[in-house]
Amino acid sequence: MDIELAGLTKRYGATTAVDGIDLKIRSGSYCCLLGPSGCGKTTTLRMIAGHETVSAGDVVIGPRAVGDLAPAERGTAMMFQSYALFPHLTCRDNVAFGLRMRGVAKAERHRRAEAMLRLVQMEALAERLPAQLSGGQQQRVALARALVTSPKVLLLDEPLSALDPFLRVRMRTELKRLQGELGITFVHVTHSQEEAMALSDLVVVMNAGRIEQAADPRTVFERPATAFVARFIGGHNVITLPDRRVAVRADRMLLGPEAGPEAVAAQVVAVEYQGSAVHLGLTAPDLVTDAGTPLTAILSDRAFAARPLRPGDTVRLGWQPGEAHRLDA
Amino acid sequence: MSLASERAMPVPAAAAARPAAAPGLAAQARRQRRLAYWQAAPLALVFLAFFAVPLALTLMVSFWEYNEYEIIPSFTLQNYADVFEGCFSGGDLCTTFRTYLSTLKFCLLAWAFTLGIGFTVAYFVAFHVRSSAMQTVLFLLCTIPFWTSNVIRMIAWIPLLGRNGLVNDGLMALGLTRAPIDGLLYSDFAVVLAFVHLNTVFMIVPIFNSMMRIDRSLLEAARDAGASDWQTLWTVIVPLCKPGIAIGSIFVLTLVMGDFVTVGVMGGQQIASVGKVIQVQMSYLQFPAAAANAVVLLGAVTLVIAGLTRLIDLRREL
Repeated sequence: MDIELAGLTKRYGATTAVDGIDLKIRSGSYCCLLGPSGCGKTTTLRMIAGHETVSAGDVVIGPRAVGDLAPAERGTAMMFQSYALFPHLTCRDNVAFGLRMRGVAKAERHRRAEAMLRLVQMEALAERLPAQLSGGQQQRVALARALVTSPKVLLLDEPLSALDPFLRVRMRTELKRLQGELGITFVHVTHSQEEAMALSDLVVVMNAGRIEQAADPRTVFERPATAFVARFIGGHNVITLPDRRVAVRADRMLLGPEAGPEAVAAQVVAVEYQGSAVHLGLTAPDLVTDAGTPLTAILSDRAFAARPLRPGDTVRLGWQPGEAHRLDA
Repeated sequence: MSLASERAMPVPAAAAARPAAAPGLAAQARRQRRLAYWQAAPLALVFLAFFAVPLALTLMVSFWEYNEYEIIPSFTLQNYADVFEGCFSGGDLCTTFRTYLSTLKFCLLAWAFTLGIGFTVAYFVAFHVRSSAMQTVLFLLCTIPFWTSNVIRMIAWIPLLGRNGLVNDGLMALGLTRAPIDGLLYSDFAVVLAFVHLNTVFMIVPIFNSMMRIDRSLLEAARDAGASDWQTLWTVIVPLCKPGIAIGSIFVLTLVMGDFVTVGVMGGQQIASVGKVIQVQMSYLQFPAAAANAVVLLGAVTLVIAGLTRLIDLRREL
């Protein structure tokens, strides 16, 4: 179902956690709310879920405003950051919990819970208690529990942050696969731009309770709306020119003879070998950056090998005019 | 004691991880183990002196003989036979069984009321009071009655419940009753009232402790799954409070089973209880008989607790 947020605001006393945001999430899309901690992304998710009251504005899910509805009446289900599995219930009973609350008969709810556990490949451990499961397994059970009542919208609060990096990438793939199979709307809160890029159809970058940019990942990366977005998603140099501010992708920075007519002199301050690419840190006295942070240039390993550089070397630095993307603020 | 030695175990394990000569390691492990025993020794000695030895003495004396003026070391089962005299001959219930039934009745009533009130109070403080400062204040408030002694708290009921006490005066002034109600004091009602008053806090504390350990996101997860407040209470909170309920129940049941003061004062010395029987026998210097009764009572209490721990595996839950 479509989700629409209209002037959604959350105030705690004098502080405003979410400041009048407007957003449309199309039915069946994977949406990531991305931002640093304290930017209001989790509060937004909890307001959609119905676990947080709304100070002003509205949440519309499908055809109706859900302002005062209880979570279960909204057609949403939430997966909690710490999974919040019931420690006294087995996996099967955890998954069947929502059905039990709705008065589904025991045999029927066990059948459906087991079907859900199969979907997340946990059917073999149905009798275990949550404490006997690893983090990744707990997460699968939490996912099954959220999905068992056939929600139209699944809300995920930093679902991958408690996993180790290897597992995180695997679960990420699986979330995307599940979302494709089920065809329901996923809203996923994360502070990892990599996760947001990999998963979403719609990335919503938030900062200080406001939306900085809401677009598909490619647009966000190629045309960041603001300096904040360019910095937060990374891979960009934010440069202040006399008449405007621009973002230039680090992998489009040109060094040496190709650097073009507007090139400036720069000094190499850091060389990081990353396997397929080499990251260079550079300072250029003629280019104004935020707080004087070094510029980054990413070269392919082959290009770097053709013309190696070492810290202290001086080199010409520039970019094609078309690569400088103008920023709003 | 075993707990202390288990706790000390990780230390030698950590020491073993250090690359060092093997003989030194073994010596260090031995030293650590000796240290663990020393650490457990003070509590073990206290237990020995004030629990194990008196218990053994009681058990021993329960097999001795006695007459009007002396107790005689020997081995006889007569005292136990006296306790159960006439109990297995059929017909009317023997005195001992009737006394135990009466004590069990008080136990059940006191347990039911303390559990109901204790759970409600703990629930209110744990889940309805939002600020943790207020929670601490209210929790301490629950323990304030303990600043006065048991006896004073019991006696305080007398001017309230007596024939010409505050309650009767108030009821008559309101015109609700013509004559004072006699059953308020020196009755089963008064005994249960005092038990509940004295012991509810023993329910509140462990149940509150269990409740504070429940992750709040579980309640949200239950709500998210469509559970009403009532369903959340029965399917999430009560099961997770089981250890607290069990500990509180053990406190209340053992305190009520062995009581003789409350039953005496609030029952006007007219109501029998197992503790009272033992006290009376002690006052007639019939120590072996009292000891035999005490051993039977200990057996009964142990059975009740064993039943409770069968329901809830406390060691796993803690």
